[in-house]
Amino acid sequence: MEIVGKLQNQFMEFMRSLYREGFLDYQFLQLQKLQDESNPDFVVEVVSLFFEDSEKLLNNLAMALQQQVVDYKQVDAHVHQFKGSSSSIGAQRVKNACVAFKNFCEEKNLEGCVQCLQHAKHEYFLVKNKLETLFRLEQQILAAGGTVPVLS
Amino acid sequence: MNLGVGSVVKTMSGASCSVSWKSNDNNQFPAGLRVLVVDDDPTCLRILEKMLRNCHYEVTKSNRAEIALSLLRENRNGFDIVISDVHMPDMDGFKLLEHVGLEMDLPVIMMSADDSKDVVMKGVTHGACDYLIKPVRIEALKNIWQHVIRKKKHERKDKDFDQSATAEEGDRQQKPPEDLDYSSSANEGGNWKSSKRRKEEEDETEERDDSSSLKKPRVVWSVELHQQFVQAVNQLGIDKAVPKKILELMNVPGLTRENVASHLQKYRLYLRRLSGVSQHPSGLNNSFMGHPEATYGMSSFNGLELQALAATGQLPAQSLATLQAAALGRSATKGATISMPLVDQRNLFSFENPKLRFPEGQQQLNNSNKQINLLHGIPTTMEPKQLADLHQSSHSPSFVAMNMQGNSRVQQNNALLMHMSQQQQQPSRAQMLNETNNVSQVSRPPLSMSQQPLSSNGIPGAVLSRSGGIVANVRGPVYSPVSQASPMVDFSLNQNTELQNNSFPLVSSNSGMSTMTSKRMLQEEVNSDIKRSRGFPSGYNMFDELHQQKSQDWGLSSVGSTFDASHHSTIPGTLDISPSMLVQQGISSMKRNGQNGISPISDAFSSREESGNVNPMGGNLLTVKAEQLHDASYQSSFFPGQFGQDDLMSALLKQQESVGPVETEFGFDGYALDNLPV
Repeated sequence: MEIVGKLQNQFMEFMRSLYREGFLDYQFLQLQKLQDESNPDFVVEVVSLFFEDSEKLLNNLAMALQQQVVDYKQVDAHVHQFKGSSSSIGAQRVKNACVAFKNFCEEKNLEGCVQCLQHAKHEYFLVKNKLETLFRLEQQILAAGGTVPVLS
Repeated sequence: MNLGVGSVVKTMSGASCSVSWKSNDNNQFPAGLRVLVVDDDPTCLRILEKMLRNCHYEVTKSNRAEIALSLLRENRNGFDIVISDVHMPDMDGFKLLEHVGLEMDLPVIMMSADDSKDVVMKGVTHGACDYLIKPVRIEALKNIWQHVIRKKKHERKDKDFDQSATAEEGDRQQKPPEDLDYSSSANEGGNWKSSKRRKEEEDETEERDDSSSLKKPRVVWSVELHQQFVQAVNQLGIDKAVPKKILELMNVPGLTRENVASHLQKYRLYLRRLSGVSQHPSGLNNSFMGHPEATYGMSSFNGLELQALAATGQLPAQSLATLQAAALGRSATKGATISMPLVDQRNLFSFENPKLRFPEGQQQLNNSNKQINLLHGIPTTMEPKQLADLHQSSHSPSFVAMNMQGNSRVQQNNALLMHMSQQQQQPSRAQMLNETNNVSQVSRPPLSMSQQPLSSNGIPGAVLSRSGGIVANVRGPVYSPVSQASPMVDFSLNQNTELQNNSFPLVSSNSGMSTMTSKRMLQEEVNSDIKRSRGFPSGYNMFDELHQQKSQDWGLSSVGSTFDASHHSTIPGTLDISPSMLVQQGISSMKRNGQNGISPISDAFSSREESGNVNPMGGNLLTVKAEQLHDASYQSSFFPGQFGQDDLMSALLKQQESVGPVETEFGFDGYALDNLPV
């Protein structure tokens, strides 16, 4: 079970770094707490929903900003949605990017919006990457017969 | 609400078919709270669902507001509270809030990632009982049951004779712990729950003494019924339509004058809303401020007759101002949309026991109108300030009276009435609609009230019942299309058993394959819809047996998740969507899109068809759809400037269903207004 121990430590350390570096915040912790025997894959399920939804939103945002005449209300609606979902799963940096994005929307600053979209996209793929790594570690632990440690 | 009545029923008859949520085992409280969650964000929706489940609530989720609305309409007593996102693509959250308030009078919690003040204020003014900022924490969800209790409490208070006792009880019950400790909340809930139950029994006794029957069957104003009603009203003339005459003209067995009266009330309010379009958010703001501010706000609304009527005379701040404010927030939203800011103001100030039910605003309107008519020339103890306040606003303050239960209010009523008589008011509106309210209030004045005001109130009550028709805006013809939709004819009673028995006789021939049938099927079928059907007969403040519902809950939740994927169709056990609902939704969507004619409705219907294909009611759905389409087309032809009416009308119709119990609460049972000396 040494492997399990190692994996578990790896997992914990990785998790802590995510919180430390602001990729995840308190809300993600809440999600982890919500997971229980009746919903053992709750976090993965929710995060998957987030990934799916986010990619749609990012596409919509890109399209909206490419319009001849940009409909900032629509852009704002998308950003708002993105902000909501990212904050709900605790993707802090993505949420922060959305906040900045919203400001540019209000100002109808196209360049600012485009930049914010890039930034939000970047943060999104970063956190997606991190979470996928996290889930992989989980799987490894489970495959090795261990239990996934819970961060308190 | 039915909570008191429901408890009464349970206590008196021993019927255990509908278990009051509050009567649950203390340890379980507030487990089993039936929550409907609406959010277009799948991530948030899933998270909320899980959190609510962890709070031991029964959760139904929907990612479409329209689906949620139809869910609510199909299961009037199936939910205790609604949580809705503000920004949704298919319907604005505030619109949903309005609908729910109007039609079901359930507490609604808004939530959004947007925490800007104006949006939160909008929630408040629309009557949301709470506003949560995303990301929502589970701690915030743990305490949402307080809104259900608070609402029920307020509604119960309306029935109380003893105002002071009620106030005390209210205060006591107003302090459900807001701490994060769930268990301690449950314990305290248990404590005050028992005291509340005692109070309920007291009330029950009082009510029994006064009214002939506590358990009034809930009248569902089907489209046909409403059409008959409108015909009767038009026949009598909107100004002369009195419940009694309307009732005679309608000649519907089993329909009482009180039913008609309260429906008339709503109808009047509806008409009022149709004619008074402008919205004055500032007025709504006032409802949350102190008296002087309210006055200020009121004066800014000069010229808004309708609104004035709605708001009527809630000038003097009551001692329970905050309570009223909360209630007002709700009632304001329910009774009147943003376009009726005055209502809010009035509500806030005029009465101790805010009428949280939908007709509150309407009731007040009616009340004030009635008062005006009745107290015309009657000397009253008017407070100068009130009068002054009244003068500031051009609308009729007379409205105040009805909801008032207290000396001050009586005085206000008098003052307002006097004032009203001076101003040109819409007498019709108040009368019928207020009738019930008036009666209830009049009949309940605390004994401590001085004789003069009491008699004044009494007279208005009596006279009001006699007086007037409905203000202008005769929309008779407009409603006919609405009536074509298959109605939800469901005379739901507080007891499940009664529902079974009573609903059929009252089903009009038109309903045919109506939702009534659907409901029957719902009730009889052992599928996910069963839970809802069980919820039908009980007061919507009551939970069914928790464990009994468990299986159904899951069914419900599965239905809820069904709705998530509704646009992907192939969903078994989808709830039947009544045509009237769809029509309404069509209207809503049409409203949203302006006057686009049928296309929005088609969209609505097409989406309905998708989700409704796998409907246990199969054949029903087809027929329903046909009717809907017919209605849709019919309605679209009315669009230019009229879709609002249809929308409101449907809302009124739906509203009526939930109003049934109100009459009971107001103690109209057996109260013969006709016998009151004029």
